[in-house]
Amino acid sequence: MRLSEDCTEALLGQVRQALSTGTPLNICGGGSKTHLGRAAAGEVIEVAAHRGIVSYEPAELVLTARAGTPLREIEAVLTEHGQHLPFEPPHFGENATLGGTIACGLSGPARFARGAARDYVLGAKLINGAGEVVRFGGQVMKNVAGYDMSRLMVGAYGTLGLLLEISLKVLPLPECTQTRVKRMGSQRALALMAELGRQPLPLTGAVWEAGSLYLRFAGAEAAVTEAGDHLGGEKLEIDTAWWQGVREMSAHFFTSERPLWRLSLPPASAPFAEAGETLIDWGGAQRWLKTQIEPEQVFAAATRAGGHATLYRDPRVSGQVQQPLSPELLALHQRIKQALDPQRVFNPGRLYAEI
Amino acid sequence: MNTDNTASDALTSVLQLIRRELPSVALLTRPEQLRAYECDGLSAYRRTPEAVVLPDTTEQVQTILRWCHDLSVPVVARGAGTGLAAGALPVAGGLVLSLARFNRILEVDLDNRMARVEPGVRNLAITEAVRGEGLYYAPDPSSQIACSIGGNVAENSGGVHCLKYGLTVHNVVALEIVLIDGTLLRLGSAALDAPGFDLLALMHGSEGMLGVITEITVRLLPRPEDVGVLLAAFDDVRAAGQAVAAIIGAGIVPAGLEMMDKLAIEAAEAFVHAGYPTDAAAILLCELDGTAAEVASYTGRVQTILKQQGATEVRSARDAAERERFWKGRKAAFPAVGRLAPDYYCMDGTIPRARLPEVLQRIGELSTEYGLPVANVFHAGDGNLHPLILYDANTPGQLERTEEFGGKILELCVEVGGTITGEHGVGLEKVDHMCVQFPAPELAQFHALKAAFDPECLLNPGKAVPTLHRCAELGAMHVHNGQLPHPELERF
Repeated sequence: MRLSEDCTEALLGQVRQALSTGTPLNICGGGSKTHLGRAAAGEVIEVAAHRGIVSYEPAELVLTARAGTPLREIEAVLTEHGQHLPFEPPHFGENATLGGTIACGLSGPARFARGAARDYVLGAKLINGAGEVVRFGGQVMKNVAGYDMSRLMVGAYGTLGLLLEISLKVLPLPECTQTRVKRMGSQRALALMAELGRQPLPLTGAVWEAGSLYLRFAGAEAAVTEAGDHLGGEKLEIDTAWWQGVREMSAHFFTSERPLWRLSLPPASAPFAEAGETLIDWGGAQRWLKTQIEPEQVFAAATRAGGHATLYRDPRVSGQVQQPLSPELLALHQRIKQALDPQRVFNPGRLYAEI
Repeated sequence: MNTDNTASDALTSVLQLIRRELPSVALLTRPEQLRAYECDGLSAYRRTPEAVVLPDTTEQVQTILRWCHDLSVPVVARGAGTGLAAGALPVAGGLVLSLARFNRILEVDLDNRMARVEPGVRNLAITEAVRGEGLYYAPDPSSQIACSIGGNVAENSGGVHCLKYGLTVHNVVALEIVLIDGTLLRLGSAALDAPGFDLLALMHGSEGMLGVITEITVRLLPRPEDVGVLLAAFDDVRAAGQAVAAIIGAGIVPAGLEMMDKLAIEAAEAFVHAGYPTDAAAILLCELDGTAAEVASYTGRVQTILKQQGATEVRSARDAAERERFWKGRKAAFPAVGRLAPDYYCMDGTIPRARLPEVLQRIGELSTEYGLPVANVFHAGDGNLHPLILYDANTPGQLERTEEFGGKILELCVEVGGTITGEHGVGLEKVDHMCVQFPAPELAQFHALKAAFDPECLLNPGKAVPTLHRCAELGAMHVHNGQLPHPELERF
């Protein structure tokens, strides 16, 4: 496979063909995220060959790459220049592409401190529902000309257009990193995370699992050392692999066959410990829960806490189950889908059955 | 452009409904009351509205919007009126909906580090409310004493600290909005994400075109332990630009990085006596924040870089008073420049930073060509350039020449890969320049999206996104491969 290839014309041809026949398309990058969202249907359109970094100016802190570019290739080039994607996107496989990462809107453990994938998207080029190549946003950090169509694509699971190219803000790698581990229960851990969050500390990871709180500091060496000493606890020496396990969901916690839920909650929400086994990430804002209780009950509990839930994985169910939108919000989603993809060719049903 | 302001029949009906059904709601219709609403911060555009309504509950906003929807009356939502692009300019036959009475801070949630506020709350008031807790709200547009947080969301406002702390969109977690048909929606949540499309992001910078914001939940950040500010002088603008790239290239992300050119330095110095070196071609202000240890380490490194890059002088603020003095000139730059001429016109393009020397040179050439001086103030860290064109509106033809010159600057920004507006918004002011930045398919997509929210185009009509017809008339439409898009449209 060539490292850089512009397949815009071929992709445009396939989309136009699908539009003319009303054939639904199943947009596929590296195939590493088929387990996310609802089960895919439609004719597969391969984007992986449309790849390559189009421009990267380290001093401008901006990188533009084609959607099929492997995420690891982008990360390798950034590392070479002492920079990174601060939102730590999980790959979920060797072949993860930039397009899939953005379409799924995925962010890793640093999300609560440094922002999400959508916070780093500056612009996007895509094929729209009229079979045209369109470009929104750009390669500059401040841009308020027109509606923010590029951020709208993040997490839309490809239902609003086929991503061709994405421009991202990138940042320098932290000078150094240190992880501290303290033994405590989930309730105390949540209280401590809330307290630390109100202090000007270079905290970029805060995970609680099985009676231990893991806190990661990253930044200037002096600040990291000071924060670690201030907090105390045991130093985790081989911490990169540990955080990788959380980021990629390859840690032991995630290997069970029980139904796995993702809860997105206000960080200081009370623990859901009574419901099942929990892993707390994002300083309390993202919680993984293994439980057999009924979906309606989990959705209701998440709503009461001011957040939402996703049935992330359940051996008995194909695809993920999203928390239903309110009727008003669903109606607006349908109108947006109708406006941008009137023939419903892009990933229909992948995010919600109705869009 | 003060035209006919007699209320249309539809508007009259809405006003009657408000008087009858919502007697407690303030409704302004007398000319002396309406004058305050004839423009926003861009006073070259004026139009006296027929009526201004000031509801103070979300239910009232829903009811009023529903009536406007049912009777097809246009609505212009308005915050503090400090916008710089005529985005809040009243429209003919329309109702101005002021959110000024939505001025309450509803909740400060320290554990979740959030504040739930109404849209009319001033930007700085949020920080003032949580200062005692060691927290603050990060985005700090220069109008932060006066501008409202609702307006900040509508414009996706920036400020001097957005390279490190982001724009409004990065610091708001939830919104309550009302659609034109009165539907109430909650977007985002106090959690870090919400199901479905990222409509929270979409609302940012949507300029009152998609919905009316009635509540905002912002993220609060811990105040940094320490701050350092450096001031560096350069005898060449190019060297100052290279110094910015060198700082960022060294892996340092300053909290603020500002540049001023000679005319801006001279104006600021004459106005506030900040002690700026008036013989410099450019100065850089670099703010570094973090823990005391971090600030000490970064300040030393940046000082070295600035000297290596040819700074003729580097000063480090010794204390809070000196920090404030360094910033004083920059913060007073607009009014300072305002003293040099009867009027000035502030532009707001963003460019890739590396193109700065070239862009400044071409602005200089245009300045000579038009015979109008320009002072440049630059958010150097993020590429947002504010050329201030000096002119005299009382000299016949000078406003028109200034606008034409400004338009050339915006075209230049697009040409080098930037944008016509970094943080002030399009409003009515730059609606024609949108035709330069966006080809027809993109504009069509904007209109389609707008229609999903507001099919009859009643919210802030005529702003932010030009019609394809308007672009065709202007002859500014992009031409791809010699083919005009939408050949079915008439062209004049």
